[in-house]
Amino acid sequence: MSGRWTWFNITSVIFGMGFLYLPIVILIVFSFNESRLVTVWAGFSTKWYGELFRNEALLDAAWVTLRVALLSASIATVLGTLAALALTRYTRFTGRTLFTGMVFAPLVMPDVIIGLSLLLLFVAIGFDRGFWTITLAHITFSMCFVAVVVQSRLVSFDESLEEAAQDLGCTPFEAFYKVTLPVILPAVVSGWMLAFTLSLDDLVIASFNSGPGATTLPMKIYSQVRLGVTPEINAVCTILIGIVATGVLIASIIGRRRDVQRKLDEQQAAQEG
Amino acid sequence: MNNMFRRLTILIPYIWLLVLFLLPFLIVFRISISILEYGSPPYIPQFEFESWSGFMDKVGMFNLDNYRFLASDALYRNAYISSVVIAFFSTMFTLAIGFPLAYGMARASSSLRPVLLMLVILPFWTSFLIRVYAWIGILKPEGLLNQFLLALGIISEPLTILNTNAAVYIGIVYSYLPFMVLPIYSTLEKLDYSLIEAAQDLGCTPLGAFWKVTIRLALPGILAGCFLVFIPAVGEFVIPDLLGGSQTLMIGKVLWTEFFNNGDWTISSALAMVLLIVLVVPIVLFQNAQAKATEAGK
Repeated sequence: MSGRWTWFNITSVIFGMGFLYLPIVILIVFSFNESRLVTVWAGFSTKWYGELFRNEALLDAAWVTLRVALLSASIATVLGTLAALALTRYTRFTGRTLFTGMVFAPLVMPDVIIGLSLLLLFVAIGFDRGFWTITLAHITFSMCFVAVVVQSRLVSFDESLEEAAQDLGCTPFEAFYKVTLPVILPAVVSGWMLAFTLSLDDLVIASFNSGPGATTLPMKIYSQVRLGVTPEINAVCTILIGIVATGVLIASIIGRRRDVQRKLDEQQAAQEG
Repeated sequence: MNNMFRRLTILIPYIWLLVLFLLPFLIVFRISISILEYGSPPYIPQFEFESWSGFMDKVGMFNLDNYRFLASDALYRNAYISSVVIAFFSTMFTLAIGFPLAYGMARASSSLRPVLLMLVILPFWTSFLIRVYAWIGILKPEGLLNQFLLALGIISEPLTILNTNAAVYIGIVYSYLPFMVLPIYSTLEKLDYSLIEAAQDLGCTPLGAFWKVTIRLALPGILAGCFLVFIPAVGEFVIPDLLGGSQTLMIGKVLWTEFFNNGDWTISSALAMVLLIVLVVPIVLFQNAQAKATEAGK
């Protein structure tokens, strides 16, 4: 549906976008503020960024967060893709309803419940809390987001292509790897990115499951935010926003290019045929 | 061979979720019926699972003191009620802002739409904590909103917004807006505009056609959006903690305080169980909607 782009529509889009972006823009602007006061502008400065790179505790936390996010996103992508395959391909297996429930529930389950329940599991089995418990917890909830993203791509995939590959002598795994995976790859990649940012972002689940020596960046930011708004936090946040925005933009540009290329290829094939 | 591939595809994620999603809930339940103990771990289990035959006999031995305590204390009752109320009204406000935004986006030209979609998705990828934090500087008594309103002469004294429920509403609406916009947009984008013209040709007023056609057809998206906002908002911790005040009672915050400040694992577990019970109906409705959407996509 498109066409009439009335004043009402324009106003609501501008208002909505303004609401979404104004706070982020203000936060970024004040990270370059000379003054310690975050609400009074006193001239341009990058000194807060310089201070960040001398803050060892913050850098340590950033390093822990990055490792947790890389590892948990990668494993969650594999598990989530398998779950998506199971959901779309196999409509009949024992306990499918329970499985579907367990995939969709974490999407809306409040963080405090997931965090607390996983912590109690780790305590019950005597697993020391720290880097690994945070990673396991992140894999568990983000694999469900990956599953939903990949599933939305899989439903429109023609399964007979994979069957054809198997008829031509591929093993099921080869057929998946050579035929299905290239087609669903954009969804798998965006699933990975979503899992990565969810992990990067999580405060509540990490707080429940962290132990000595495993403080993540959101936990560090949170403990400082409780003491008040400071330009250093604005600077950390600006860097994080910058990284995520760049990643998402690059991914969407690549995705766009691929779409355009595919359309050109299809047109060419149609003309030749 | 084919069978093994199939079996592994199902079993690996299934077992993972059973062990790390379902089992933890059973443990939460077990601890919620345990007795608080100062030690490590800080509870005494009242119930060991040995066999199914013994199970029913032991049901009578459940220690329900934690639940009785929750029911008897007005603090907890009010926290549940106020969480649901705050989440409900926040969902309505989010819908009120999100629907016109999604509608406007869906009506934009086809070259503009991907850009607008990107703009809505981008904040969704940036940190939740950061977006909540950004509002502190705006809503503070000496913050930017008050400076702006004072400069315009609209108010003569700074408004107290930060650390009130109003700030919690703003925080929830802001943080969850993309969750509302995206599902509504995806249903509106597919809507065939000629249906609305047809309704008008058949005598509907523009508003009547909007109500009877657009809203009706966008309903799955609207419902999905409402669930995606309401359910997590009920258990929200970060927003009431950072933007709310001492009078802001929300169950996520109460649970966090019981666990981290009071070290009371048994009450925290009972709180989590009751929160789960409160959310069971919306979660099941949400799952059905998701499952239907999947079927429809085929």
